[in-house]
Amino acid sequence: MDAKTPMFPSAFDVKTPQGAEGWEDLYPYYTRFQASRREEEDGKFWFCNSQHWPNPFRPFDTIMVDYATKCLGQYNTRHLLVPPANGVDYRILNGYVYFSPIGVAPEDIEARVPQFMERAGHYFGNWDDLLVNWKSKVLAAIADLDTISFKELPEVEDLEVVIGGLGQDSTTQLFEQYDKAINLCYRLWQYHFEFLNLGYAAYLDFFGFMKEQIPSIPDQAIAKMVQGVDSELFRPDDELKKLAKLAVDLDLVDAVMTGSVDDALAAVSAAPNGAQWIAAWEAAKDPWFNFTSGNGFYSTDKYWIDHLDIPMSYLRDYIGRVQSGDDIMRPTAKLIAERDRITSEYREMMDEEAQEVFDGKLGLSRTVFPYVEDHNFYIEHWALGVFWRKMRELSELLSKQGFWADSDDMFFLSRGEVREAIWDYSQAWAIGTDIHGSQVWPDEIARRRKIHSALAKERPQPALNTPPEVITEPFTIMLWGITSEAVERWVGADEDGDGLKGMAASPGIAEGVARVLSSPDQLSELQKGDILVTPVTAPSWAPVFGKISAAVTDIGGMMSHAAIVCREYGLPAVTGTGNAASKIKTGMRLRVDGNTGTVTVLD
Amino acid sequence: MSTDFTLPFDQISQADFARVGGKCASLGEMTQAGVAVPPGFAVTTDAFAAMLDHHGVRAEIERHMTGLDPDNLDQIDRAAQAIQIRIRSHHLPATVEAAIRTAYAGMGDDMPVAVRSSATAEDLPDASFAGQQDTYLWVQGGDDVVEKVRDCWASLFTTRAVAYREKNKIPHIDVLMSVGVQKMVNARAAGVAMTLDPGTGDRTRIVIDSSWGLGELVVSGLVTPDNFVVEKVLEEILDRTIADKHVELVGDAALGEAVERDICSDRRTQPSLSDDEVMAVAMLAKQLEKQNKCPQDVEWAIDADLPPGENLLALQSRPETIWSQKKKTKPKTAYATGMMSIVGTLTNPISTRK
Repeated sequence: MDAKTPMFPSAFDVKTPQGAEGWEDLYPYYTRFQASRREEEDGKFWFCNSQHWPNPFRPFDTIMVDYATKCLGQYNTRHLLVPPANGVDYRILNGYVYFSPIGVAPEDIEARVPQFMERAGHYFGNWDDLLVNWKSKVLAAIADLDTISFKELPEVEDLEVVIGGLGQDSTTQLFEQYDKAINLCYRLWQYHFEFLNLGYAAYLDFFGFMKEQIPSIPDQAIAKMVQGVDSELFRPDDELKKLAKLAVDLDLVDAVMTGSVDDALAAVSAAPNGAQWIAAWEAAKDPWFNFTSGNGFYSTDKYWIDHLDIPMSYLRDYIGRVQSGDDIMRPTAKLIAERDRITSEYREMMDEEAQEVFDGKLGLSRTVFPYVEDHNFYIEHWALGVFWRKMRELSELLSKQGFWADSDDMFFLSRGEVREAIWDYSQAWAIGTDIHGSQVWPDEIARRRKIHSALAKERPQPALNTPPEVITEPFTIMLWGITSEAVERWVGADEDGDGLKGMAASPGIAEGVARVLSSPDQLSELQKGDILVTPVTAPSWAPVFGKISAAVTDIGGMMSHAAIVCREYGLPAVTGTGNAASKIKTGMRLRVDGNTGTVTVLD
Repeated sequence: MSTDFTLPFDQISQADFARVGGKCASLGEMTQAGVAVPPGFAVTTDAFAAMLDHHGVRAEIERHMTGLDPDNLDQIDRAAQAIQIRIRSHHLPATVEAAIRTAYAGMGDDMPVAVRSSATAEDLPDASFAGQQDTYLWVQGGDDVVEKVRDCWASLFTTRAVAYREKNKIPHIDVLMSVGVQKMVNARAAGVAMTLDPGTGDRTRIVIDSSWGLGELVVSGLVTPDNFVVEKVLEEILDRTIADKHVELVGDAALGEAVERDICSDRRTQPSLSDDEVMAVAMLAKQLEKQNKCPQDVEWAIDADLPPGENLLALQSRPETIWSQKKKTKPKTAYATGMMSIVGTLTNPISTRK
């Protein structure tokens, strides 16, 4: 390749999609590629993080990428001083976010080593205690979030406010509640990254050791040795299965199958034994239905607990399977036995000295790894679910005041603009006049909606500029599966004929008909035996994994959710193909080889 | 039934290994472990010894083998020929012959069998050297079986074998030979499975060569076999290379022998094993590796006369010799552990390591 021709375009040469002109002012100024720094911006390699943000942002939703990248960075750069790696910088282009890891200057790496050893060493040495502490911090923050409520401003302040000499009006609580929600979201994101990169570092250390010992060991085999079988990420799905079995055992199948969720719950309540099942349903709901069908990063995410029809439809599927004699419960004992078998068989291939080192590194990986899996339930599913619900409540309140028509229009404002709208509401209330927002926001939101949907019509460039000769940043490899080979695949993706290459994320081979899904709303279209093809999956899709025969994703590494869930369910998976979801069409016959990471179109 | 002279595979115990040679010991061991092996029996070294003691054969061999010059190949060749002729024309002691005939008759009427030498391998450490000894396929009838047993014994005195022992100062008369008589497999497909990659020594791989018919053409390299690579621990097929297999060795009942037959064009490029069969062969090889506690080289066959699920047979399993004898290179430095190792991992990422 000509050294002067970049492999991917410059951010400044990427065209704005038709109808999306002016998209830049939907997003904060600090997320833009700066023309005045073009040389510097073009000198870096940026990859599109479509694994976490597969769709363009609505303006409010940039809160998540702001907090996620900042909080990832703070631990590497300021808390732990990871010797070679600072944070990951980010930019928004055409509504999609691009990441670029910031390395530490080679001459500064060594000086960080002693500090890292002390700080990270403290975490590794006290992992379990710190994790207990972490969980209580997170649960306290979630409980705090739960208490947040936005009250309409009263016509007249209560007499007690006057008599009690309070000297404060009801607008105060609006600001306090809003700021509290935003601050708790920020705090939870800090917690999110407190242990995460350390977990990955320990895993990578074990991974590197295994690759040295047994160079041909499949990545997925290393993942299987470390991965837990009792991750809290599987609990929501397990709860549905238990409810399905209970419905069959208590002879409540007809009742559960009745009409809407409300109809069904009413029918169950009226049935003998119904109370027992309802109690189980209620117990499962909180917290386990705090589970998004997306990834928690978008205001459009649908959480089970807010959309009970989603878990109910999965539950009914499970009932059908129980009735037809399937054993739907996850075979955890078998999974543990399988993990132990794999571990001991690879271990036996090493000499005695290496076996001892293996035991140590595997032990640490297994200690730290549950966090890597479980944090996702606590933060993305549970805490962010509560956060989004509270924000929707605020949007509805402001909608009622005439700021906008749709109850979720608020998400077309930035979080700063929302605070301005609260001010608008407060000052108009206090002064005794009309809000300005009603004259401004409906048109502006309509304009932004149009831009947003124009952005959503175009898939993002996978990357910008020229990648480094080798991609070495450990977290980039681990989290996003972005390796030199992956980048080569993106470049060559359109060139080969009827095959696609990705990461061999979960073993096995399957043939079947492709079903291409672009959003979780389409999950109900899946038929038994289909091969799921999608840009990215979420853990909450687990209930459909009993139906499909394989999964193919555009984005995702060895530890992406799709990979973890597929290994758990014993389905072949090829992740990180780059463009399977746009290249493959529903109805095509595919062969998915999860051992070699290839997807072949058969006709 | 068993006598001192013959021993059915399913009755060979650890204590008998010295009497039945490497190949039969392995067949016995596999049979005992529940591995599907075609039935048969070993003609023990006791039978061989009885033959030597019969009518002065031992003395005759000693006479021929005395004063040989290890570097005089002509002289060795003449002596070797003489002994082979002597053994082939020798009438067996009646008790030995009766034992062989009885054991053979016990397998069924005129059962086609393979007759193979089973050397006491301590004396012949080079495994491929054992291959110099004979294998006779599709042998039928008591007379023929007795004759082929004698031929196997005679093969202990090929020129090369004699020269080898002369050079290594192994007394000729101390080397005893057992012979295996085993039911002939009606092989639809057969071949070899190695529990490591013979090209790299990689122990995470099981590599299978497979072709149509009996496995002898695969072993001797007369046909380009299909090649399958299986990940041993995850138990998944990683690679399939389907070859153009032009010829197969099959039993011809009318002729009473195994014959080479051209393969018609549509079958030539068909995979000789289904994915399920590949996995079955791989799991068999893996099981044998585990039982023998070292990498194995397994000969196997799929029997056309047996139902699916029961049709995979092990014909032989022996230790892999090439990679297993290589010394592992120790890492130059001690393994990094703990925090230092994590620092090393972060500052020296995997993708840049050579």
